[in-house]
Amino acid sequence: MKIPACRLADLPRGEAFRLDIDPPVSVFHTDDGELFAIDDTCTHQDASLADGWLEGCEVECPLHASKFDLRTGAVDAPPAKLPVRTHEVVVEDGMIHVRVSTDAPNLPPCVASRLAGGTA
Amino acid sequence: MVGASLAGLSAARSLRKQGYDGRLVVIGDELHRPYDRPPLSKEFLAGTLGEADLALEAQDEDLGAQWLLGTRATGLDRADRAVRLADGREVRVDGLVIATGAAARRLPGSDGLAGVHVLRTLDDARALRDELARGGRLVVIGGGFIGAEVASTAYALGLDVTVVEVAPTPLAGPLGATMGGIVSGLHADHGVRLLCGVGVKGLSGERCVDAVLLEDGRSIPADIVVVGVGARPCVEWLEGSGVELDNGVKCGADGRTALAGVVAVGDCANWYDPRAGAHRRVEHWTGARERPDAAVATLLAGGAVVPGVPRPPYFWSDQYGVRIQFAGHAAGADSVSVEEGAVDDRNVLAVYRRAGDPVAVLGMNQPRLFTRWRKQLAASTS
Ligand SMILES: Cc1cc2nc3c(=O)[nH]c(=O)nc-3n(C[C@H](O)[C@H](O)[C@H](O)COP(=O)(O)OP(=O)(O)OC[C@H]3O[C@@H](n4cnc5c(N)ncnc54)[C@H](O)[C@@H]3O)c2cc1C
Ligand code: FES
Repeated sequence: MKIPACRLADLPRGEAFRLDIDPPVSVFHTDDGELFAIDDTCTHQDASLADGWLEGCEVECPLHASKFDLRTGAVDAPPAKLPVRTHEVVVEDGMIHVRVSTDAPNLPPCVASRLAGGTA
Repeated sequence: MVGASLAGLSAARSLRKQGYDGRLVVIGDELHRPYDRPPLSKEFLAGTLGEADLALEAQDEDLGAQWLLGTRATGLDRADRAVRLADGREVRVDGLVIATGAAARRLPGSDGLAGVHVLRTLDDARALRDELARGGRLVVIGGGFIGAEVASTAYALGLDVTVVEVAPTPLAGPLGATMGGIVSGLHADHGVRLLCGVGVKGLSGERCVDAVLLEDGRSIPADIVVVGVGARPCVEWLEGSGVELDNGVKCGADGRTALAGVVAVGDCANWYDPRAGAHRRVEHWTGARERPDAAVATLLAGGAVVPGVPRPPYFWSDQYGVRIQFAGHAAGADSVSVEEGAVDDRNVLAVYRRAGDPVAVLGMNQPRLFTRWRKQLAASTS
């Protein structure tokens, strides 16, 4: 599934765009000009990684500082313990698209139970 | 490594990451493997996280260290370069990372009275969680972050909660009086009583606590009391060792101490902060996690590195479903202004300035803007 996100011209370097699908996905434009897409929700708790601290090819969760590698989704150290999914980014005619991974996401317990229709 | 919690574990990781492949011994007086403390007053106390969730180590993590857990360090012999242990053993060291953290302050005369708790360790949290589950009237002594979080968790569990704070405004130290008042307004928003400007004279009760006695003569009935009156650095074991002690271990801007080959990190360490131009003992998670990198670099280089400027101190707190984040130093600010959101909605971004320059930022439910400001603070003063 290829989903249009935003125009490349509207996403400056150092910024992120959050795609409000379920679960949300974020596209990061690094300072070096590369584009990466990963799941937006931290695997520790309900935090949006688009709100995080982008440095090089890593984004630091805005809450408790676990860092995710944008290339692989791997997390450096707890409190988050599981990686985020990565997604393929395609730019066509100046438009950024995300091809969403078919793997199961690693959502934090509070969000997973909400999506499953439980109480959060 | 003495102290097997966040700062000690982070230092062990930094050592391996920075290429140290020699022998590594981690000494800790708790029996547990390193665990995360912040949830102890939040999700763990509320019962939504279990003990396994608190682990700070990844499942397959192996630092190739020897762990001496349940073992207290009682002294440092500088001539022999050895750490003395409570069981009489000695561990000779070439380099030492002091990461013994802090211990909860207790109320004098409260020992032995059932129903009275402090909250610092997993064992403390287990005991308090079990007691909160029985319900009743809770009095929290101290309106600081841990006290406020316990109050918020207990409120959500359905207890009748009162918070007693000796200062006129809670959190005025870390947040300044204006924002301290706003953040502690969360108690009243939820019908939790907050009594300010009144000290505690003592506790009453025979075997179990039954009331908290205030200096103004009032008596607040209580089934459970949580004493949240701060923490003191665990550095007694270093007395006479040559390591300089002053509100914890006195350190340079990279954790170096008065003794060569000895660094200190985490809650026990009073680092020189070049931004503040003074020593500051930072008792926050992120400092204990990040600063060991610099301290270990110094240790491995034999002190021959020029310390960088660490990021401004950062902490978070979760109370009544509101995400509170703070970075920088509020002390020394001459103004605070709300840049976004509204105080009444408890959804606010406030910037502290000194002579027009931003020195600190506070967010309530504002993670995106908060991170921007936090980055800006780090960039502007480094
Ligand atoms: C309930 C609670 C909630 C918190 N919430 C937050 C939060 O929301 N946000 C935030 O930023 N921070 C929070 N903190 C603070 C954060 O947890 C600490 O800053 C962090 O744990 C400091 O890590 P440390 O390794 O320096 O010290 P500690 O975690 O205190 O660990 C020190 C370790 O050393 C051991 N030790 C002490 N003396 C000796 C000795 N002589 N020999 C051997 N071992 C010894 C201790 O037993 C302990 O295991 C919270 C703390 C508590 C207690
Ligand atoms: S929510 Fe991301 S590290 Fe905690």
